[in-house]
Parts: sequence; C-alpha cells; structure tokens
Amino acid sequence: MSAFVAVPDAPDAPGVLEAPPRKKAKGLPWGSPTVYFVALVVIALMLAPIAYIVLGGFRTNSQITVDPAGFPNPWNVQNYLGVLTGGVFWQEVLNSTIVAVVTTLGVIVLGLMASYVLARYTFRGRGVLYALFAAGLMFPITVAITPLYIVVRNLGLMNSLGGVILPQIAFGLPTTIIILVPFLRAIPDEIQEAAFIDGCSRLGFFWRMVLRLSLPGVITVGILAFIASWNSYLLPLFLLNNEATFTLPLGVQAFSSQYSVDTAKVLAFTSLSMIPALIFFSLFERRIVGGLTGAVKG
Amino acid sequence: MSNTRENTSTGILPTSELAQHGGSGAVASLPSGPRRRRRTGWAMRLEIALLAGPAALVFIAFVIFPVVIAAYYGFFRWQGYGPATDFIGLQNYITILEDSAFQQALWHNFLIVIGSLVLQGPVAILLALLLNRKMRGQSLIRVLIFVPYVIAEVVVGTGWSLMLATNGALNGMLKNLGLDFLVHDWLSDPNIAIWTLLAILTWKYVGFAVILFLAGLQGIPEELYEAAALDGASYWQIQRRIALPLLGPTLRIWAFLSIIGALQLFDLVYIIWGQYVASTAGTSTMATYMVANGRNAGNFGYGNAVAVVIFLISLIVALFYQRFVLRRDTAGAITGDRRTGRKNR
Repeated sequence: MSAFVAVPDAPDAPGVLEAPPRKKAKGLPWGSPTVYFVALVVIALMLAPIAYIVLGGFRTNSQITVDPAGFPNPWNVQNYLGVLTGGVFWQEVLNSTIVAVVTTLGVIVLGLMASYVLARYTFRGRGVLYALFAAGLMFPITVAITPLYIVVRNLGLMNSLGGVILPQIAFGLPTTIIILVPFLRAIPDEIQEAAFIDGCSRLGFFWRMVLRLSLPGVITVGILAFIASWNSYLLPLFLLNNEATFTLPLGVQAFSSQYSVDTAKVLAFTSLSMIPALIFFSLFERRIVGGLTGAVKG
Repeated sequence: MSNTRENTSTGILPTSELAQHGGSGAVASLPSGPRRRRRTGWAMRLEIALLAGPAALVFIAFVIFPVVIAAYYGFFRWQGYGPATDFIGLQNYITILEDSAFQQALWHNFLIVIGSLVLQGPVAILLALLLNRKMRGQSLIRVLIFVPYVIAEVVVGTGWSLMLATNGALNGMLKNLGLDFLVHDWLSDPNIAIWTLLAILTWKYVGFAVILFLAGLQGIPEELYEAAALDGASYWQIQRRIALPLLGPTLRIWAFLSIIGALQLFDLVYIIWGQYVASTAGTSTMATYMVANGRNAGNFGYGNAVAVVIFLISLIVALFYQRFVLRRDTAGAITGDRRTGRKNR
C-alpha cells in the first residue's frame, strides 16, 4: 500500500536525509568490478537475441544464408523500408493501439469504481464480491478461451476489435482490483471524514479525492493492462480471422508464415513490431517495477 | 473483520477531536459512525450498484460464465454449431485421460514447472543479491535484464525459432567458432527440444523474478544488515542468514506465479513449434493439446472438457500450494489484506 510506491526508493530515503550534499555531489558509488562483469554477461545474454532480430533486419537473405550469425555487411535498409511503406504494418499498429488503449481505459474505469466500493463501503456481500474477483486470478485466459470463443461468437463480435477488448477488460479486472483495493484503503480516513464534514457525498469524494490520490496505483495498473493487451496473442488468435482486424502479434505470425523464405524481411517486421512496447516500457519502467513490487506485497 | 476495524477507527477519531476542539467537532462527526452503518439504505445500494455493477457484469459475462459453460459443453460431443444435443456424459474426460498425447503433454507441463523453478529460481536469487546494492548504473542494469519480459511472446518466439533453426544463427556461430560437435537440431530433436524450451523460458522470465526479488530485498530494513555487520558477519553470511530468510514470502509468491504460468503455458510453444511439431518434438503442453484437439479439430465439446481438466489441475495445485506453502504469507494477499491493512491504520 504505502509500501506500494515507496518501496523501490525506500532505501535511498534515509541516506538523502542524512547526507544530501554527498549524494548530489558524487551520485551513487561504483560497485565492485565483479558485479559489473556478471551484470555485463547477463545483459549480453539477455540482449543478444534481440540484437539478432534487429540486425538481421538490416541484412539480405543471401547474407543470412552464407553466414547466419554474421553482422550486416553492407547494411541494407530495404527490408525495413518495405515493411514501413506497406499498409499492412500500419493497419496492424492501428488495430493494436485501439485494442490496447480501449482495454486500458476500460480496466482503469471499471476497476477503479469497483475497487472504490470494495475498499471504502461496508455492506453485506462485500467479501463475496472481492472473493469473486480474486478468484478470477485462477481463470487465466488459457482455460477460458474455448468457451469464450463461443460466447463472443454468439454475441456477434467475431472479427471485431470489440470482441477482443471486452474479454481483455474482464480478465484484467482481478489484477487491477487486487492492486487498487489496498491502495484506496490506504487513503487516510481523516481525509474522508473531512470531506464528509464539508458536505461531500461518497460519490463526490470519489470524483474529487480518490481519483487524484490513487493516481500512482492507477498508472501502474494501466501500464500492466496496456502491455498485456499489446502482447496478447491467444485471444486474437481465436477471435480474429480477418486480416484487416489483425493485431500486431497475429500480424507478425501471419507475416512470418507468408514470407517464410524471406527471413530478413520477417526479422525486420518483427523488430519493428516490438518498438512500441519497448518505448512504452522505457517511459514507464520505474512505474512497472514499482507496480510489480506492489502486486507482490499486495 | 475490516468492518469492525473501520468502525473502531472512525470511533477513535471523533474522541480525539473532542479532546482538542471541544464539543462542536464531536457533535458534527460522532453520529456519522453509527449513521453510516444504518444508512446501507437504498441510496447507498444504488451507489454500490452503480460503481461495482459494470465491472461485475463484464467480469461475470466474460470470465465466470464461459467457465461455467465450459463445464456444461464438456459433457457433449459438439462441433460448435447449433445446440449441443449429443450428451455423452464423462466420455470426453475418459478419452482425455486415456489419450497418450494428453499424458505426454501433462508430463511436459510437469517438466516445465520443475525446470522453471529449478533454473530460474537460483539464477534470479543470485542476480538479485548481486545487484542489491547502491551503485552506479543499477537502474540501467535492472531495466535491461527486464527487457525480454516486456517483449511479446510472438516476437520472442519468431526470433528464437529463426535463430535456433538448423541453419540458424546459433548453429552458424558454433560453426564459426569451430565447435561443430555442439551443432544440434535445437528445435526438432526430441531429446533436446524440451531443454531448448526451458532455456527460452528462463531467458524470457528470469528478469521478472529478479525484479520481484530485488523489490523484496529492498523491503528488508537496512538496520538488520548494519547490526549483523557490526556483529562481525561476513557479506555472504549476511546474505544467507538475513537476506534469504526474509526474502521467503517473495520467493514463495514468485514460485506460485511461476507454477501456475507453467501449467498454462501456450504462446511460446505454439508459436515456435506449432501444434504438430510440438507433439513430435516433445514440447506439447496441455494448452496446446487443448487448442489442437478442440478448436483446430472442430471438436468444441472436447476442447471444453480439456479446459476443465486444465483448470482442475491448476486449482488443485494452487490449493495445495496455498494450504501448505503460502499459509502464512497469503493471510493478507488473497483474503482481504488483513496484515497490511492493520499496519496502515
């Protein structure tokens, strides 16, 4: 809860209080060379496959055939240009963006409202409601996918982005609620009391105070929902058969089977498709890491 | 439980105000405690329904209801169109349990569960202990280790399958280095494929574990380390006697997430191996079996029955784990957050 946001920075706090000049002047101390060496090896292992994908996109197929593990020589941007100038890639980026943005908004709005009720109202059945949502953690999309396909088809939402968005919101709710409820509960009662004394209704309190005070938690939840949606594969695989509605993961797979002989082009397409998630991640890295901390401390 | 807690805390507040501000403050706020409880009237019910209703509706329609109809259709031979009429009782379940392909998939899932715990756990603990100090570049290192976790399974799968192909980059590199005896069919050799899968899983998910463990380590009060150091404990003694035991709860939750994830594994296997190769290469999982024999075979009744089996297996494992391993830790996390809640009040 309070630990939720504070944990990643907590160890720094006392140091900052005691000796602010030292921290400002020199920054953090250097670690031992062993640590950096191990870290370097690990990072190299982590990034090598990604580098392979990105660099492979700059090679030609004949280069790849002659030496599968070589560097681009000469560098060749045709693959990337081909993907970027074709309409397929952008259509899929658009689809993925729509799905991810609407899913994220839906998860936040519905999750925040439900969490507010669960955190700050006392009523009979609250425990049951919470348990119902928490039980959702036990129903990953893998288990529900076959029947979900039937439900979505009966609703006439096959091959529409809405058919992907609604289930994704539903499956995002358990995590969201489990992260947000403690967060909303941690808002001091004094603030609520004060707001009530000043004539604020519970709903008014929700709009004026809760939304602002829970912003860090909301951002965390939103990022998790966005990345999960952006990378989601199984649900679109079942629900989207029409190429015009493909999201990026489906697109990557379709592209790689369509151009299975054109390895370089597949690599270019693949590396372009991971850029948005990487940008998003690097922007919000602190939040994501903090959010996972909160999810564990929950 | 939190019911009484809230009442006591609102009860305490007005009295302290009474002491400070005299009568007027107390008069204003004192009745609010009892009144609020009585006021679970229609207005409040409306608010609750308005706020929690949409979420509950979406959740029930797309999570609970599908699981329920999965249990229903699992008793039918049904091709997915029209009403299900061919009731066959437990026949689907008997077929599943007798099918050697499913048994193999179950065995692979078991190997993946154990392999993930054994490979990722120690590696992640060592990395987290190593990186758990204030030093330059720590946040950069953390981010870079975490990158594979953020990239889509499809991207990861496509990249790895090209890299590990018989004529792929890994074999090419081994040849360039003169290590020809190490060249293998990493993906199609049934003796190796499951290890390849475990290696890819480790690569993809170890960063997640490291981040969790680092977060857990940072929750340990620094005084404990200082006190131990004052008592003459060495660096590794401190890690073993203080950091590791206190990391326990984080470790247990990570293991839980890892086990459930491994039981439900689908994306990477399906993308890299596809439904047919997965079973010959020895990497099929229960989920790929479900998709191959349910949806792809047009046999939706059967697919639903497999879903129910996967769910029951996961549920049994989860309940076992919570009963015997997570007992202490989840008193808060799963059932309404008692511990942390109290701490904050």
